[in-house]
Amino acid sequence: MATKASRAAARLMISPAVLLLLGWMIVPLSMTLYFSFLRYNLLMPGMEEFTGWTNYRFFLTDPAFTAALWNTLLLVGGVLLITTVGGTLLALLMDQPFWGQGIVRILVIAPFFVMPTVSALVWKNMFMNPVNGLFAHLAKFFGLQPYDFLAQAPLGSIIFIVSWQWLPFATLILLTALQSLDQEQLEAAEMDGAGPLSRFFYIMVPHLARAITVVILIQTIFLLSVFAEILVTTNGGPGVASTNLTYLIYMQSLLQFDVGGGSAGGVVAIILANIVAIFLMRMIGKNLEA
Amino acid sequence: MGRITLDKVTKSFGDVNVIPPLDLTINDGEFVVFVGPSGCGKSTLLRLIAGLEDVTSGQIRIDGEDATDMPPAKRGLAMVFQSYALYPHMSVRKNIAFPMKMAGVPQDEQKRRIEAAAKSLNLTDYLDRRPGQLSGGQRQRVAIGRAIVREPSAFLFDEPLSNLDAALRVNMRLEISELHNALKTTMIYVTHDQVEAMTMADKIVVLRAGNIEQVGSPLELYHTPQNEFVAGFIGSPKMNLIRGAEADKHGVATIGIRPEHLAASTESGLWQGTVGVAEHLGSDTFLHVHDHGLGSEPLTVRVDGEMPVRHGDRIFLTPDESKLHRFDMQGLRA
Amino acid sequence: MARKVTTRRKAVVTVLAWLVGLAIFFPILWIVILSFKSEGDAIKTPFEVIFSSWTFESYATVQERSNYFRHFLNSVVISLGSTVIGLVIAIPAAWAMAFVPGRRTKDVLMWMLSTKMLPPVGVLVPIYLIFRNLGLLDTRLGLVIVLTLINLPIIVWMLYTYFKEIPGEILEAARMDGASLKNELIHVLTPMAVPGIASTLLLNIILAWNEAFWTLNLTAAKAAPLTAFIASYSSPEGLFYAKLSAASTMAIAPILIMGWFSQKQLVRGLTFGAVK
Repeated sequence: MATKASRAAARLMISPAVLLLLGWMIVPLSMTLYFSFLRYNLLMPGMEEFTGWTNYRFFLTDPAFTAALWNTLLLVGGVLLITTVGGTLLALLMDQPFWGQGIVRILVIAPFFVMPTVSALVWKNMFMNPVNGLFAHLAKFFGLQPYDFLAQAPLGSIIFIVSWQWLPFATLILLTALQSLDQEQLEAAEMDGAGPLSRFFYIMVPHLARAITVVILIQTIFLLSVFAEILVTTNGGPGVASTNLTYLIYMQSLLQFDVGGGSAGGVVAIILANIVAIFLMRMIGKNLEA
Repeated sequence: MGRITLDKVTKSFGDVNVIPPLDLTINDGEFVVFVGPSGCGKSTLLRLIAGLEDVTSGQIRIDGEDATDMPPAKRGLAMVFQSYALYPHMSVRKNIAFPMKMAGVPQDEQKRRIEAAAKSLNLTDYLDRRPGQLSGGQRQRVAIGRAIVREPSAFLFDEPLSNLDAALRVNMRLEISELHNALKTTMIYVTHDQVEAMTMADKIVVLRAGNIEQVGSPLELYHTPQNEFVAGFIGSPKMNLIRGAEADKHGVATIGIRPEHLAASTESGLWQGTVGVAEHLGSDTFLHVHDHGLGSEPLTVRVDGEMPVRHGDRIFLTPDESKLHRFDMQGLRA
Repeated sequence: MARKVTTRRKAVVTVLAWLVGLAIFFPILWIVILSFKSEGDAIKTPFEVIFSSWTFESYATVQERSNYFRHFLNSVVISLGSTVIGLVIAIPAAWAMAFVPGRRTKDVLMWMLSTKMLPPVGVLVPIYLIFRNLGLLDTRLGLVIVLTLINLPIIVWMLYTYFKEIPGEILEAARMDGASLKNELIHVLTPMAVPGIASTLLLNIILAWNEAFWTLNLTAAKAAPLTAFIASYSSPEGLFYAKLSAASTMAIAPILIMGWFSQKQLVRGLTFGAVK
């Protein structure tokens, strides 16, 4: 609904953003795709040649890939489970009236603003370190043997650290959704004779379902790319015990300088991320219409 | 001056044709009301005149000059929007000053016009407030003030009273009419409310689906509606439209009789029926008469407020033959 | 409507909520405490840590040994630079999509969003090679470019949702009042959108400040922002808890404060308007 003049102006104003993003998407993507079919190692310059699907075959049949895929799923799934369940419970708690709501809210969301390298290093050193960490001190206080979290349960420890970072996000979004629930609906249900449990399951849960889906989808996008936390804690080890896909591709590309192999891995990662993205986009798209 | 001519103007949104070819002339100083049900294209027509939308084809002339491709700012028209569209971050004074600032009117002249407008609109005490601190009626006045100071060749009003409560609406209606009498400037006013149209207009344009159904003065439309649609739309309560055997007696497809042109009696009359709901307004009473054998719709009758009728009473009705409207198969006046 | 709540119930909830809140916040509190201790005290048992003496020496050491301030400045330049450039590109685009929507506006929005879902590792190799060839590796400019591009979709989206809430009639009124497109943007839209623009700015500074994939992979010593600088503590040498704590405290404090101010916008920005 506008005039030709304003439509022309609009096209002009939107084009820088569109062109930049188009370039950002197309140039590197086509390069990744191109490299993935080349034998290309930065340590052996000038030896590039077309190899067809070889890079993909090597990448997909590498036992490290299977392990990394599995670790990625465990990492994403574990963090999602902890943050959505924990986030729902926390949101329900914080939706109750109590003294100091504002301050507690601030305390709870704080971890989300801590940069990944800081939170990973703090948990690694100050808490999980088997000699000087707080958990070790606590274990010794109770006469127990200190546990070397990152060596014994590297993936579990990383899941824990990442969950700490993302719990605030889930809580905040679910709390926002909960607060947007019409109080009159709850009162109507109460008048209709619904007890607290029925109110929770028949009114609150359906209302939250949408927000929970959003939390799951958005976190998945970010969690598929967890990198810094692994880099500064375990370096993916021991072995490949805590290597996820992102980290595996990073190692192949920038540590082993295998551009071809890394690119093949990159294409695989893009495909996997797109599967999630399609669902997310559909949800957001629907919302755009509403 | 403010003579606006539309010449074969059309408007389509994609494949949807909102305004079929339309011709209309609005004379200088006229108060013209576009009225019609929602979706009839009246607002679109106003926006075409304003320049907020492009015409698909045809020509718009303002004072003889082709304005079809002029941007809104150059057309010399002022508009009052349904939501008032006041700038929330500016004081009342700055809101009113904005069009003058854009036009580069000198400061002291701006000041003079703001004060004159504020005085005539009772806004003097509110000049330093923000729109958010004003009531609906006051916001409406600010919007009008912002339009007045531009000294436009015509004012455009897009359903300006629909966000006000009933009592305020009546007041503002009078104020806008008085403003027109004082300024003698062309005004084009869009509304879906036929009462506003009847009470304010010099000339009413009745629209349906982008087509002009009839153009005329309020009383012309009331006395000689050119078709069934206008007959049913103008006048309150609505005209009774009767088809079938009773219409055949008059040799037409439909006859129409306004509620105020039916004589009611408890003893005798041409038609008879049972009183359903009786709406007592004090001065008048509106009766909804059922079982009259003239069709499935109840007949509406206006009777004197003192007439003692109740739900379920038997009642006789006689139409005033001279006030009977006759329509043919196409719904046109016969 | 306020529901009736007994004081006893409220007290129980208060205790529970504060316990949970403090537990979640504890790691942050702990590094702030450790940052004011000597290295020798920082590794002792918690009880001993609390009652040991307080000192600023770690803050001084961090600055002295590693030129902390330079990395801090890198972070400021990179996050602020990428956000401001992003806004300059995004404001006109969001204006166009919010107020002059066309048939394809929705598709453009969704497509912009989809670029955000590209896993960064998928384009790591080409970006690395392009940067190496253009001499952009380990430069602030390089990071400003990358972070502008990866956050641009979020900036456009956030602004779009804010602009959508401004009634189009007000802009039309400005047009009727004789304002040119430029004046319409400067005198009417921008002042009305200031709160939205400010929260977009805030959220994107936070996201850029904490970005830890590209900053780690594209910088070495020179242009490293705080994320990369802190990562250098992953290979420990001697006692470093207090120094790590001091460096971390300084790295997270400004963003934590900004974050607390932008809670509400955070939800909106990160869910692309799907939850409000």
